[in-house]
Amino acid sequence: MNLDRRSFLKITATASGAFVLGIYGVPEAFGQAPRRPFNAVEPLAFVRIAPNGAVTIMAKNPEGGQGVKTHLPMLIAEELDIDWKDVQVEQADGNDKLYGFQFLGGSTATPANWDTLRRVGAAWRQMLITAAAASWSVPASDCTTKAGRVVHSASGRSAGYGELVAKAATLTPPALDTLKLKDPSSFTIIGTSCGGVDNGPIVTGKPIFGIDVELPGMLHAVLHKCPVFGGKVKSANTEEIAKLPGVRKVIVVEGTLGNEKILPLNPGLEPGVAILADSWWYAENARKSLKIEWDFGQGTFQNSDAFTQQAADALKQPFGQVVSHYGDVDGSLQSASKVIEATYAYPFLSHNSLEPQGSTASLKDGKLEVWSTTQDPAAARRLTARITGVNEADVTIHMMRAGGSFGRRYVNDDDVEAAWLSKQAGVPVNITWSREDDMTHDSYRPSGTIALKAGLDAKGSVVAWRQHYITFGDGKQSILQGGIDPRDFPAGYVPAYQLGMSNSIPLYIRTGPLRSPGANSQAFVYQSFLDELAHAAGRDPLDLQIEMLSRQPATGFVVQPNNPQALNPERLRGVLELVAEMSNWRKRKSEKGRGMGIAAFFTHQTYFAEVADVSVDSQNRITVHQMWAAGDVGSQVINPRAAENLTYGGIIDGLSQMEQEITLLKGAVEQTNFTRQPMLRMRQAPNIKVQFRKTEYSPTGLGEPMLPPALPAVANAVFAATGKRIRTLPLKRSGFSFA
Amino acid sequence: MAFTLKVNKQSRTIDVPGEMPLLWVLRDVLGLKGTKYGCGISACGACTVHVDGRAVRSCVTPVSSVENRNITTIEGLADTETHPVQMAWEETDVPQCGYCHPGQIMSAVALLSKTPKPTDTDIDSAMSGNLCRCGTYPRIREAIHRAAEMQTAKGGAR
Repeated sequence: MNLDRRSFLKITATASGAFVLGIYGVPEAFGQAPRRPFNAVEPLAFVRIAPNGAVTIMAKNPEGGQGVKTHLPMLIAEELDIDWKDVQVEQADGNDKLYGFQFLGGSTATPANWDTLRRVGAAWRQMLITAAAASWSVPASDCTTKAGRVVHSASGRSAGYGELVAKAATLTPPALDTLKLKDPSSFTIIGTSCGGVDNGPIVTGKPIFGIDVELPGMLHAVLHKCPVFGGKVKSANTEEIAKLPGVRKVIVVEGTLGNEKILPLNPGLEPGVAILADSWWYAENARKSLKIEWDFGQGTFQNSDAFTQQAADALKQPFGQVVSHYGDVDGSLQSASKVIEATYAYPFLSHNSLEPQGSTASLKDGKLEVWSTTQDPAAARRLTARITGVNEADVTIHMMRAGGSFGRRYVNDDDVEAAWLSKQAGVPVNITWSREDDMTHDSYRPSGTIALKAGLDAKGSVVAWRQHYITFGDGKQSILQGGIDPRDFPAGYVPAYQLGMSNSIPLYIRTGPLRSPGANSQAFVYQSFLDELAHAAGRDPLDLQIEMLSRQPATGFVVQPNNPQALNPERLRGVLELVAEMSNWRKRKSEKGRGMGIAAFFTHQTYFAEVADVSVDSQNRITVHQMWAAGDVGSQVINPRAAENLTYGGIIDGLSQMEQEITLLKGAVEQTNFTRQPMLRMRQAPNIKVQFRKTEYSPTGLGEPMLPPALPAVANAVFAATGKRIRTLPLKRSGFSFA
Repeated sequence: MAFTLKVNKQSRTIDVPGEMPLLWVLRDVLGLKGTKYGCGISACGACTVHVDGRAVRSCVTPVSSVENRNITTIEGLADTETHPVQMAWEETDVPQCGYCHPGQIMSAVALLSKTPKPTDTDIDSAMSGNLCRCGTYPRIREAIHRAAEMQTAKGGAR
């Protein structure tokens, strides 16, 4: 795997034009099955074995709820050949020289680590065997291992790993790519359900999250920012605030925002007034007495109503640019038996991690330590070093468990603030954003509008597809996460296709990836519109998709048969057929007010199809009774019960997104807390049934791909129940709500 | 102002303004970090603790209102051995990020102390004030039913 994270971020953060995938559009090499360089990690750093045989395995990646702190160490333990119950897991610090690419996002942990970490375990096992064989003067090839012991059957000798480790640790680890790995049929850990390694600390309230860090002499901080992104402090009553109870310091933050029109992922330090106090509440309470005169800056032009109008205007204009085009779209539309048109729209969204943004930093004697919930520790190191002037080599990033990440914790603005404040205050500082700070200064999933036009022939097959995608930008470059993937289905599986984009609406708020970026909006649009086409053709929506996926890819569409990031139509068809069977789709009944909908999507190398069973009452309130999800993550589900739980969560997250929006008024975000940002609650959560379809492919990830089909499955079910089509999200803008 | 609090069966004297929410007294003054901040307006339930056995949102509970009342936090839930609800949570592998679960568990314990054999409807009404951003609701439901079984097996609610 290529470990050059800087070029990774550069590629993804500046991607625009014809190949605009955003941060999750990882380079082609990432996660690909063919051989990777295995010298990118230091095997010795991952495992410690005590003389008494106790084994500690390092968890290399940031943990934000996706389960990697458990399932990546499982990969090492499997090949090391030990009992999982004998393993202790310890969170690694940020150190890519030892651990390789440390990153939370893009459902990359499994594809990027599946081979490498098993080989780390196998390397240790090999060294332990070598040590035992040498001490017994027998050939290493005659030795085996079993549950933490090296065994020489011929002589009946055996030794525990703890007895061998002193010698083994002096050996040079074997080259990782020379090691033979276990046949999956002999796995004893992979494929069994292992509970989360932090479950104990979580259920007993141990201080394991970023917000829980407490250091001697530490002050608690808030940074009160302008309601309009980037607005600066003209004047503030700092002296008055400094006298309030518990307050120790008040600092006007000039900030380091540049003048970019297209905001980068890491925009530096936002301006505002920082209040440092003995308790977070003293700081937060003192905010209420702040009197600030703001220079609102350049963002005040932004109004959501105006954006809607601008998008409507842009749709009347020709494409700003053609992103992808093959086949004779005009001709096919002209000769089609039926032409269907529809316009879909979806809003800005915030991340709403339940633990708000926050970080703790201590700068002392030129050394900076940061206790961070970052998704990208290398970026946290680089950015905190830059803001404090400390050498990167003198920065330590401790990775704390994050109370949800969802793409928000790439930005590292909280780490930058904590580091900068620790430098200013001369003491350790914990900054915790209030919920209001978190919701109004997010890196939002951008809103978008897509107008579609498709042609059906006399048999009800889709013969042409044209779409016009409207996003924000300067006409040339789109905003971050304003991209659209020209490979998304049905591209390639209709005979003529055109994707145009217009990106001339200016924007000055930060945007960024939200769980299943791109797909979380586009699946709703494409899979709803395909459902429309099926109904217009008088066909079962499942049949329509199966038929398309059974075609040869269209002439002119670039097929990438060995690229796991390109659609394999057989696999998408496979999950559709499985979910149809699970939900008894073919025998579904149609009754007024109750209906079932189906949708599928391929994203982040993984395939999901979902069916929703909903009822809708006379006030257009939707109850989602049941959902079925069929997934294909390849040959192996590593931790089955965790995978099932993650799938429940992704689907429920998708349903929450259907009710959420972020709107702007004069540049300020109007939603400030959960009262105006609904999230699914226990009484609204459907029953969910999950199955995985085993295929021959290398295992892929589960952070994101179950989310996107949930929205169109529900929207299509609402259509089945009511005959009303949901084309604009959130639900309330289409006249619906969840009961 | 000085207040005497009974937290997890221990008497603690603190000197803070009476309006200071119990949440921040617990976290920043008493160093009990298990109770979590999520919204500050009792909309998410992450800060749920027990006051005299009732589930309350500590982020909107002024410390002056709970003087001499019995406060139980997630840290004090199990004084001798792990509480059945905590055991059920672990056994069912409920958490994803885990941040909301101290609050979820406190709400679940309060539910089970009144309703030892809750129905799904009982769970819906008792637990709908606790948000789980990761969407672990199906597992929470399963764990509450499991905890009810474990409590029954142990001879009634604790």
